[in-house]
Amino acid sequence: MGFYIVQFLTGLSDASSLFLVAAGLSLIFGVSRIVNMAHGSFYMLGAYIAYVIIAALPHTGISFWGGILLATLAVGVIGIIVEIFLLRRLYRAPELFLLMATFALLLVIQDLARWAFGPEDLIGPMAPGLEGSINILGTLMPTYDLVLIIAAPVVLLFLWFLLTRTRWGILVRAATEDREMLAALGVNQKWLFTSVFFLGSLLAGLGGAIQLPKGGADLLMDMNVIAAAFVIVVVGGMGSIPGAFLAAIIIGELGSFGVLYLPQSTLVMMFLVMAVVLVIRPYGLLGKPELEEGSGESFETVMRPAPKQLRLIGLGILGVLILLPVFGGKYQLVLFGEIALFSLACMSLYFMMGPGGMVSFGHAAFFGGGAYAAALLVHYVRTPMSLALLLTPLCAGLLALIIGWFCVRLSGVYLAMLTLAFAQICWSIVFQWSAFTGGDDGILGIWPAHWASNAVVFYYLTLLISVGGILLLRHLLFTPFGYTMRACRDSRLRADAIGINVTRHQWFSFAVAGVFAGLAGGIYVFSKGSIFPDEMSIPRSFDILLSVLLGGIESITGPIVGSSIFIWLEDKLSNLDFWRLILGCIFIVLVLAFPQGVGGFFGTRFSHFFGEASNDSNPIGKD
Amino acid sequence: MEITQDKKENHYILEVRAINSFYGKAHILHDLSLEMEKGSVAVLLGRNGVGKSTTLKSIMGIVIPKRGEIIFKGRSILGLPSYKICALGLGYVPEDRRIFTGLTIMENLEVGRRPPRKGFEPWTPDRIFKLFPNLKNMKNRLGGQISGGEQQMLSIARTLMGNPELIILDEPSEGLAPVIVDQLGEAIIELKKEGVSILLAEQNLNFARSICDKVFIVDHGRVCFDNAICNLTEEVCEQYLAV
Repeated sequence: MGFYIVQFLTGLSDASSLFLVAAGLSLIFGVSRIVNMAHGSFYMLGAYIAYVIIAALPHTGISFWGGILLATLAVGVIGIIVEIFLLRRLYRAPELFLLMATFALLLVIQDLARWAFGPEDLIGPMAPGLEGSINILGTLMPTYDLVLIIAAPVVLLFLWFLLTRTRWGILVRAATEDREMLAALGVNQKWLFTSVFFLGSLLAGLGGAIQLPKGGADLLMDMNVIAAAFVIVVVGGMGSIPGAFLAAIIIGELGSFGVLYLPQSTLVMMFLVMAVVLVIRPYGLLGKPELEEGSGESFETVMRPAPKQLRLIGLGILGVLILLPVFGGKYQLVLFGEIALFSLACMSLYFMMGPGGMVSFGHAAFFGGGAYAAALLVHYVRTPMSLALLLTPLCAGLLALIIGWFCVRLSGVYLAMLTLAFAQICWSIVFQWSAFTGGDDGILGIWPAHWASNAVVFYYLTLLISVGGILLLRHLLFTPFGYTMRACRDSRLRADAIGINVTRHQWFSFAVAGVFAGLAGGIYVFSKGSIFPDEMSIPRSFDILLSVLLGGIESITGPIVGSSIFIWLEDKLSNLDFWRLILGCIFIVLVLAFPQGVGGFFGTRFSHFFGEASNDSNPIGKD
Repeated sequence: MEITQDKKENHYILEVRAINSFYGKAHILHDLSLEMEKGSVAVLLGRNGVGKSTTLKSIMGIVIPKRGEIIFKGRSILGLPSYKICALGLGYVPEDRRIFTGLTIMENLEVGRRPPRKGFEPWTPDRIFKLFPNLKNMKNRLGGQISGGEQQMLSIARTLMGNPELIILDEPSEGLAPVIVDQLGEAIIELKKEGVSILLAEQNLNFARSICDKVFIVDHGRVCFDNAICNLTEEVCEQYLAV
């Protein structure tokens, strides 16, 4: 009995820091609509900074708690700096660019932390006076864990007071509903945003600092905690602090007891809970349906077929690519092959994201899913390459049909979070089911068929499939299927009213995107000869997402431009020591310089050259 | 010269000079001009889609005109962010009321609260409840749980809490029951007595006639009739307002 009580209490103490992080994330999202990918990095910094301060001071109670306090404040100040110097410049840009900026920040902080604190995991100091354990019905429970349990309700109470009993809190809640109206009532939101970001970051820092004696500090903390915090915020309901509290406890207990019964599937469990909750309660346990922002200032760009000049440029580039084997070496063939197939993957995401209006944070599920389908087919049934490439998109499409069935029931950020959850489930299955998928060791020896083993032939095959796939997707966008997609994106209600089954149509678009991502994944396996779970992981999903954003979702050329830049950068940088730092900085600069995306930027700049057609905005809104 | 300048400043609370506003590439306002005397009640009349709301939004800094000039209390406010315009003493009540539905009535009032203004008696919740007695009984109800008429009252009340010298009301009578419209009219006349200037956009001609001094008829993004409301003839109405 004592064992179960201790297990339960451990779950609660785990929930504590998760709640702090999630509450901060939720606050920031509620007011500024930023999905802060760097929130986990603030948590990590909290732990590292507390470690450094405590280590530098004599080991007393005052210095321990003082260190935690100082670290918490320091992270809050870092939050302010980030808000003022980075995010504030981007509030007018589309929300997804803010996401991109915060993801870049995550990369930067990861490398800075490695540089400043070293690559080794740090073991946290014990809290003086709380080193011991308490005997609960025969099982020992660390005293410090009990202190942690108290932290969450205390913070919950504090936040409740702040949000309902102070003017600041009322303004924060008003900002969550209607920022434009708030401004018209004389509230300067700049400082409101900054203060919310301060509080949110501070909570993340506190979460990281107080778990130090329990979990220490390491460089993987950011990714681990951000995935969990997303799950908690979404399960609890976006913007709902009590919801986050409830969800944190559920996730904490799930981890604590899950480890006892199903140690192999703890990762899957967490995301499975999220998927189940979202299907039953689409806006989370205590969340409310999202309100439409009443600004009416969102101008969607009307998609037009590319003007003649742009088509000629495209043809020219294609010509160069076809002639590449004549003057390029093997290295160029591999690089450009990779760009081509990655462009197809990006194009498939663009397809559902731009015209389809469904953002996916988990597109690697289909890319990696296709890759694994091909690899498994070859590995287990010795399928010939051409047949495998034919079956691969079907497998990925089937996967997308299954995942999409759940996802299209939601919209906006919820949909995106659900795709992330499903991608993570796929990743966990591949990662933990090592008997079938090879787990972390991957599947090796998946080489192209004999006739395509020549580098030039394989390059042409890659080019054919990629360019063919891209053109097919583009063609689809200008068929009634594509028009309907855009109608569904622009107004669900109106599309519904003219007899379109919006959910079903979105479901099919989702599946089409999956098919082509899977196709790209299929060629990818044969180009590499092997496949590892990494290809399905969150970072892979973000590679694809960032490339699309980098190119801009305003035009079809965007994803191609973006993926070319991305693969080229990756190729140049990945051998460098602090490549994440460099990549992150490049992204930040790009986002600041081109808030429309690189492709969108040039589209606007040279719209005269390309004729008016390339960038014509359509006014939405009334007199 | 200086004296006339001073006189002018004292005379007009708001001057809109030839503004041009756009939504994207759509040109909505074409050199629209109007002037408002201090303490007056003026109305923008016009059919749907002629630019009334855009005019009000342009004054409030929600839509920023590309050309033209807007002078409030002798000071140019063109290009200022909305919150600064509000701080200068301009209050805005939007067409769709935009109550904070998750906040209580008292909290909605709190959001609008600003420091008192010289020469005006400061608004407090108690004073608000004298003007809109209905709201008093539901202080702690959520903004999303009250009727449309009550939301309209609350929206005006919330703006009053900022102690504005000029209130801009976008179609306040729209969608309200006749009894409520009457109450609204009384409240507006009450506000005028307090010395608050009021600019409203309306489609309800009778309502406008009952409370306004001055009328601007807007058509195709221009003011095409600018006169005292008693001079608004049937012919003019026929020409610009008949559907």
